[in-house]
Amino acid sequence: MQVEQISIFIENKSGRLAEVTQVLGESDINIRALSLADTSDFGILRLIVDKTDLARQTLKERGFTVNKTAVVAVEVPDRPAGLAGILQILDGGGVNVEYMYAFVEHSANNAVIIFRFDDADAAIKVLLANDIKVLEGERVYHM
Amino acid sequence: MIWNDEFETLPREAIEALQLKRLQQTLERVYATVPFYQQNFKKVGATPADIRSLDDLRRLPFTYKQDMRDNYPYGLFAAPLNQIVRIHASSGTTGKPTVVGYTRRDINMWAELMARSYAAAGANSSDVIHNAYGYGLFTGGLGAHYGAERLGASVIPMSGGNTQKQILIMKDFGSTIITCTPSYSLYLAEALAQEGIKPGDLKLRVGILGAEPWSEEMRSQIEANLGIKAIDVYGLSEILGPGVAIECIEAQNGLHIWEDHFIAEIIDPDSGEVLPHGERGELVITTITKEGIPMIRYRTRDITRILPEPCICGRTHIRLERLSGRTDDMLIIRGVNVFPSQIESVLVGIKGVEPHYQLIVEREGNLDTLEVQVEVNEETFSDEVKVLQQLGNEIRKQIKDLLGITCKVRLVEPKSIARSEGKAKRVIDKR
Repeated sequence: MQVEQISIFIENKSGRLAEVTQVLGESDINIRALSLADTSDFGILRLIVDKTDLARQTLKERGFTVNKTAVVAVEVPDRPAGLAGILQILDGGGVNVEYMYAFVEHSANNAVIIFRFDDADAAIKVLLANDIKVLEGERVYHM
Repeated sequence: MIWNDEFETLPREAIEALQLKRLQQTLERVYATVPFYQQNFKKVGATPADIRSLDDLRRLPFTYKQDMRDNYPYGLFAAPLNQIVRIHASSGTTGKPTVVGYTRRDINMWAELMARSYAAAGANSSDVIHNAYGYGLFTGGLGAHYGAERLGASVIPMSGGNTQKQILIMKDFGSTIITCTPSYSLYLAEALAQEGIKPGDLKLRVGILGAEPWSEEMRSQIEANLGIKAIDVYGLSEILGPGVAIECIEAQNGLHIWEDHFIAEIIDPDSGEVLPHGERGELVITTITKEGIPMIRYRTRDITRILPEPCICGRTHIRLERLSGRTDDMLIIRGVNVFPSQIESVLVGIKGVEPHYQLIVEREGNLDTLEVQVEVNEETFSDEVKVLQQLGNEIRKQIKDLLGITCKVRLVEPKSIARSEGKAKRVIDKR
């Protein structure tokens, strides 16, 4: 039920972000969702792409430090308090969110949010028990 | 194996008697042939005849690198050019290079001392010695080369650079010993890993590494990454080149300096006073057999101490503690003495961190700032900001604990710190 995300270390200097996206473009890799965490010195770019392994390989060859992490894609009702409800459920289940970001595409009429949990398995259990829809990786990569 | 059993295991009294005799001969020689030394001795009212014991040596003035520059290029030579068979020079990053000349006997002696050094590092005539020290004006390449031939080993004169070719030859020719700088050995290990070559795939068993200061932690990492024993060798062109002192493979603790050819003193670098055995200070070397350019009380600027205890290997020559750095590599940051090797030891001690680092020193207002740049690799990288920040904090904390100074840690992308194929450039001082 987990989705593969790649993260890339990016120094704060001009052109690095452009280089990552260009490298991916040249290899015909499509970015499905992204988030950039930044500090004063460096950034961490997190991506969901349609071809995870190829993306990882290509970026490594170009000298980037790349990691693969498992995240969870969750359908969230696209209405006021939709996300709040889910966060409450997670909180009630004792699961911590490390970070999260929104997916561009919708699933039916729902928004999709990518979550990085401290314990993904426990999080999925809590969500499913509460009838929240968790999306399969294959679905997410090609949405 | 001990290469020259007779001289390497001489009783202490015999070493000292030999040193005195050779010292007196050297002093006579330089006094007669080198105006600089004659004037220098006269300044303190001494003649060679006044030096009647090894302790009397401390009456003579020091010789500095600047003296070599002032007498550029041949002013300190004690032999006419028709007796000089080879000339080397230092890189001379600041000002003119320092020039040294060797007579045929000097070259012979150098090969002998380097052969001793190889043997002390566990090498023998069956070894294939992959010599990746640079050939040229730098003494490393040719010094290590002639010693390997003297030992009877098969030497591959690789010189530095062209890492892909180094790897190919190392694999195909079955190199068993590599001679290069410690930083280059790590660079090689990295390149080997990238090509999927494991230490076990190579025949490499010993690295004889020198020409820059390195830490014990870096040794562990080199030994693990290359699957070899890493041996510290010491030398400097002003004195000879590689082969002045080396660790024995038995103890890997302190470098035996070949005392039948050199006299080592440790001095307080500020006062110039000779320090007793065991105290740390600047190494001062007097050559007692060299003909081309003898050096009297040469200030090496290297910091070490003498370990006088007998060594388990059976050699009677004293050992120098692993050299922690040069007085001119030493940074003074907010009044604290900092050697790059100290910071290196912190970095290598943290799991996953590799010793590819650079120190940037700047002055903001009246305050010195130190920035430690460390490369992030797959092992230390995380998708979570806090994990990387913890890494930075850990490095900062350990440096603060060790040196008492606060620094800024900047994590940088892999390979963004220039890899050296010779001596690593660790410090950028912008003050």
